Amino acid sequence: MRPDEIAALRHEPTCSHNEGPKAGCARPQPGATQGGCCFDGARNALLPIADVAHIVHGPIGCAGSSWDGRGSRSSGATLYRVGMTTDLSEMDVIMGRGEKRLFHAIKQAIDTYKPAAVFVYATCVPALNGDDFGAVAKAAQARWGVPVVPIDSAGFYGNKNLGNRVAGDAMLRHVIGTREPDPVPEAAMRPGIITHDVNLIGEWNIGGEFWNVAPMFDELGLRVLCTFTGDARYREVQTMHRAEANILVCSKAMIKVARALQDNHGTPFFEGSFYGAAATSQALRGFAELLGDPDLTRRTEAVIAREEAATEAALAPLRPLLQGRRVLIFAGGYKSWSLVSAMQDLGMNVVATGTEKSTEEDKARIRALMGPDARMIEDNDQTALLRTFHEQQADIMIAGDRYIYPTLKARLPFLDVDHVRSIGYAGYTGAVELARNLAVTLHSPVWRHARTPPSWTRQAA
Amino acid sequence: MAEIVLSGKPLAVSPLKVSQPVGASLAFLGLARAMPLEHGARGCTSFNKLFFMRHFQEPIALQTTAMDEVATVIGADGNVVEALRTIAERNAPDVIGLLTTALSETQGADIPRTIHSFRESCPEHDGIAIVPVSASDTLGCLETGFAAAVEAIIAALVPETRSAVRRPRQVNVLAPSMLSPADIEAIKEWVEAFSLHPIVLPDIGDSLDGHMIEEGFSTVTYGGTSRANIAAMGESIATLVIGPSLHRAADLLRDRTGVPDYRFASISGVEGCDAFTTTLSEIARRPVPARLDRQRAQLIDAMVDCHFQLGGARIAVAADADLLEATIRFLLGTGAQVVASVAAARTRGLADLPVDRVVVGDLEDVETLAREAGAELLIANSHGADVAARLGVPLLRAGFPLSDIYGGHARCLVGYRGSRQMLFDIANLLAARQRAVAPYRSLYWQGTPRDLEVVATVPATLTAH
Repeated sequence: MRPDEIAALRHEPTCSHNEGPKAGCARPQPGATQGGCCFDGARNALLPIADVAHIVHGPIGCAGSSWDGRGSRSSGATLYRVGMTTDLSEMDVIMGRGEKRLFHAIKQAIDTYKPAAVFVYATCVPALNGDDFGAVAKAAQARWGVPVVPIDSAGFYGNKNLGNRVAGDAMLRHVIGTREPDPVPEAAMRPGIITHDVNLIGEWNIGGEFWNVAPMFDELGLRVLCTFTGDARYREVQTMHRAEANILVCSKAMIKVARALQDNHGTPFFEGSFYGAAATSQALRGFAELLGDPDLTRRTEAVIAREEAATEAALAPLRPLLQGRRVLIFAGGYKSWSLVSAMQDLGMNVVATGTEKSTEEDKARIRALMGPDARMIEDNDQTALLRTFHEQQADIMIAGDRYIYPTLKARLPFLDVDHVRSIGYAGYTGAVELARNLAVTLHSPVWRHARTPPSWTRQAA
Repeated sequence: MAEIVLSGKPLAVSPLKVSQPVGASLAFLGLARAMPLEHGARGCTSFNKLFFMRHFQEPIALQTTAMDEVATVIGADGNVVEALRTIAERNAPDVIGLLTTALSETQGADIPRTIHSFRESCPEHDGIAIVPVSASDTLGCLETGFAAAVEAIIAALVPETRSAVRRPRQVNVLAPSMLSPADIEAIKEWVEAFSLHPIVLPDIGDSLDGHMIEEGFSTVTYGGTSRANIAAMGESIATLVIGPSLHRAADLLRDRTGVPDYRFASISGVEGCDAFTTTLSEIARRPVPARLDRQRAQLIDAMVDCHFQLGGARIAVAADADLLEATIRFLLGTGAQVVASVAAARTRGLADLPVDRVVVGDLEDVETLAREAGAELLIANSHGADVAARLGVPLLRAGFPLSDIYGGHARCLVGYRGSRQMLFDIANLLAARQRAVAPYRSLYWQGTPRDLEVVATVPATLTAH
C-alpha cells in the first residue's frame, strides 16, 4: 500500500476530530509499545465471516501464535475456525516463491474446504518482498471460479485500528454490492408487519452475544441483511448495499463502511451499542427513528417496555451488591463511554475511564456522563494504570484481556470485556449477566485470602 | 528408524507449528529480571504476548522494536537502539534478550552493530546484559527458537574460563521447551533428593509457575535463573541435558567450561526416570533415597493397573520433536501403539524415533492420519480440540499452547509421579470413550413390547410430600 492510500484510509470527514493530527499516525515507541498491528486488525474484523477460507500469507509467526483466538461464534459454518497460512519458509523468501506458493495454497483451500470465498491477508514479509498478491488473487479467482479477495494488511503499515479500516475498505471494493438480497421468505412475513432491511456494522457476536438481541429484530420485522461480521456469511456481506438503515456498533474503525453505504447507496446510519439495557433500548429506537415507520415505533416501544421491566426485575437482587462501588474502566473507543453509562445504570461509581483509542466525540460523551472533571486515562502503561486504580480507591477494574493478569497479580478484582471472552454481555439478558459477573468478582472470598499474609508471618511481624 | 515424510502442501491448515521468536522469548522468560525484545512489527509481539498469557495465565514481560513502514524500508537499526534504551530506563532489567523475527531478518538487520551503537551511546546501562538471538519465523519452530536462545545465553553469560574449582554439590540442568513449570519443579526436587543443588537454565519453573509476590505486578520476569547462577555454571560438577533439542547448547557449555554432561531424551516412563535417577546417584555418590524407590513402585503398580486400557491402544501424537519423542517413548513403554506421529518442524533426531513414519506437518495431517489409522486418542496442543471433536476421540493436551484449560502449565509429565499421573489421565480418557455394547433384541422377543416398557423418569418439578 502506498502512503497516500494509508492516509486516505485514515481520512474520515464525518468525524469531528478529522482535522486534527491522526491518532493512527503517532509513531509507536520502540521498547514501550502494546497492541496489535494492521494485520491483526484486518483479520480480526473479517474472521467472523464463517464460510470463508481465511488464508494468512506470511511466515508462521503471523498465524502460528494467533489463530484459534477469536471468540466470535457461528450458528453453523465452522470454516472460519480453521487456521490457514502459507507458512513461508526461508527458501520461499530467498527464491521469491511466495506468489507461487500462495496460488497453490488458494487451490488447496478451495479443493479441500469448498469455501464460499477466499480472503488472503498479506503480512509484512511478502509486502517487503513485493509479492503481487492482488494479481495472484485475481488469477486464482479466474482459474477456479471462487471469489478471492486480497487484503493488503502488512503489520508495519500501522496499528490494529488501521487494519480494521483496511478490512472494511477491501469489503467495499470487492464484496459489498455484488449480489441482490433474496426475497423475504413467505414464512417470515406476518400480517401488519412491514419487513425492513438493516445491517449491523461492527458487531462481532463475541461469545454469541448478539443472539441475546437477534430475536427482538425478528419480532420487530427488522431483517438483518448482514451482521458485519459476527456470524456472517459471504453471501450476506454481498447484499449490504440494499439495507434501509444501518447501525454502527461499538467501533469507529468501521465508520468508513457505514459512510460509504450512506454516500453511495443513500443508507442512513446511526451509532449505537448493545452494552447495557439503556443502550440496547436506544439502539432499537434508533432503527425505528431512521426507518420512519410509526407502527414500528409503537411496537418497538412495547418491546422495550417489556424487556426493561424484565431486566429490572432480574437486576433487583444484584443492585445492593453493586450500589456505590467504585469502578475503573480501561477500554478504548466507543466502550470508553458506553460502559460508563452501563455501569452508572447499575448504580456504580465510575472513577476513571481509559481513552486510548477514543475520539474527541467519545470524550465529549464521557464528560456528559461523568461531569466536566471526568478522570481520563490516556496512557496504556500497565504500571500507571494500577497506580490510578489505587489513587482512585477503585473496587474493580473493567478492561480488555491484555490487562487481566497484571491486575490479578496486583490482587485487584477484574472483569474482562475484550473480544475473546466466551460470555455474551450484549442486550438485556447480557446486561444482567454483566451485573452478575461484576457482583461475583467484587464479593469473591479470594480477595480476602490474597491480601492477607499467612498467620506465621503475621505473628513474626 | 523412522521414515520422514514432508507434507509438502503449499497451505498449512490448522498450524501445529509455533514460531521461533515465541520459543526464543520463552527461554528469556526463564531468566531472572529479564525482558525479551522482539525486533519486528508490533503485531509479532502482541500476538506472542497474548499467546503466553493464555498459556500461563500470567502477565508476560515482552517488548517490541515496533518497526513501522518507514523503519522497514529505510532501516530499523535506530528502533533497536531506542527500544534498548527505553527498556533500560523504564524497566531496568538484568538481561535483555534481543531476538529477530522474519521481518527484521528479511530486511537484513545488523544486530551486532546496533548493540555496539547502544553501548556507545548509553554507557550508563553497561550493567544490563544484552543477549542477541537470530530467530526467523521462516525456519524451525518453537523448540528450535528456544534452543537457539539457550545457546545464545550460554555464549553471552557463561564465562569462557575453565574453573579449577568445582562445587561438588552443584549441578546444571539444561531444560528444554517441552518442560512445564511443574516439570521443572519436579526435576529440582528430584535433584535435591540427592543433596545436590541444581541450577536450571532457563528456569520457567521459578518465573512462570504462577505465584503471587509481595510487590504485586512486575514489568520484568517474576523469577528465573539469575545472572550470578548462570555465570557460576562453569563450577558445577556435572550438567544434565534433557531433550535432544539442547544438544548444541550443551556442546557449547561443555566446550566453554569442561563440565561433563549427561544427556537424556526423556525423563518420563520407567526407563527414562531410572536413567536419570541412576545418573544422579552416581554424580552425588549417594544411594537412591527410599522415597524415590517408593514412587517407582507406585508407577509400576499403576502401569500394571492401567495396562488393560493402554495395551494396544491406538494413539496419534502431534508435537515439536522433543515432546514427540518423549511421548512416543512413554507410550510404547506402556504397551500402547503410536499410529500417527506428526512433528511441527524437521529436526535432526526425527529419523531415530522408534516408529515407522514421522510426518512433518500440521494438525490437518494429524487428522487425516489419525482417521486412516483408526486412532482412539489424540495427544496435541489445545488447537487439537476441534480436530479431536471431528475425529470423535478424546484429546490429551500437551505442548504449546494450552489455551483452553486452567493449569496447563501446572501439569507435570516427568518423573515417576508425573508419569503415573499421565498414565492415569490417558487411561481415564480411553476408558471414558469405551462404549457399552448396543442392546440387541431378538426377532423372537417375548418380553414387553418396546413402547410399553416401564421407563424411569425424573419429575419436572420438585413435589413436596
